[in-house]
Amino acid sequence: MHIGVEYFVSVSAIVFGIGMFGVFTRRSPLILLLSVELMLNSCNLTLIAFSRYWGEQSGQVFALIVMGIAASEVVVGLGLVVAVARRKPHAPRAEPAKTAIEAGG
Amino acid sequence: MTYDIVFVAASALAIASALGVVLSVNPFYSALSLIMHLVSLATMYLLLQADFLAAAQVIVYAGAVMIMFLFVIAYLGNRADEPTRDVPLWQLGAAVVAGSAVVIEIVVAVASQAFGPGATVTDQFGNPSLVANSFFSRYLLGFEATSILLLVAAVGAVVLGSKRPSPRVDEPDAFPAPRTQPELELQAAVMGAETAFPVHHVPRKDEESS
Repeated sequence: MHIGVEYFVSVSAIVFGIGMFGVFTRRSPLILLLSVELMLNSCNLTLIAFSRYWGEQSGQVFALIVMGIAASEVVVGLGLVVAVARRKPHAPRAEPAKTAIEAGG
Repeated sequence: MTYDIVFVAASALAIASALGVVLSVNPFYSALSLIMHLVSLATMYLLLQADFLAAAQVIVYAGAVMIMFLFVIAYLGNRADEPTRDVPLWQLGAAVVAGSAVVIEIVVAVASQAFGPGATVTDQFGNPSLVANSFFSRYLLGFEATSILLLVAAVGAVVLGSKRPSPRVDEPDAFPAPRTQPELELQAAVMGAETAFPVHHVPRKDEESS
């Protein structure tokens, strides 16, 4: 079995799909950011795989640029998350379960 | 043969930890799985002879970016948790369909194409000096644009994170002058003494006895 570029691209497609699923289903902005990171990294893997396939350095340069973009996205995203969290108080703790007497009375 | 084993192990780890990122309830576990995911991707970069990028991935991503994530998650405490976990079923189904559509599309497109073994490259491929050569000559504009983007992001993060809150839209005066004593007393009278400032000195019990 020869591991060609198609295997790497398939893995990156699967990871991209997982990240997409996370963006669509999760509610917490932090997890959304993490899922976007997953998608960016899968794109990086594709870029590097094809860079190796064509014997070109360009793909690796693009991957480096994508890493820079991802870093700035994380910085701004986390800044927004913290700024939003400062404006709202701590979420209330879950109510303790009622005892049988309280529930009955 | 070793190549195959390493590839299978790294890809299985990458997919499993990606699932861990998306499915974990605790955001801390999500961030830790993402670190695992990044490390296994770095292994795959090594298989693709991208040595410099593998090192940068581990140092910059897993080392710096994810630590920042963990700091923010620890700072937010229970505010980082999700407000609700009950996603409607149609949304879950739509997400599964959309995600698997992308996967199937790409896998079919790749499988229908006959890829050769790929270009033969020297051992020098992917080492820092060659990457830097093309980065600083052919893609200099991209490099400069990225550096400006990073600068803008850093300034934006400082503005967002500064202690002074950003003015709200519905506040006519964003930073009002401190209130005078009569205003404070009026507020105390209107809102009730326990919710406002302690205007009058209420002697404690031990002060009364002395």
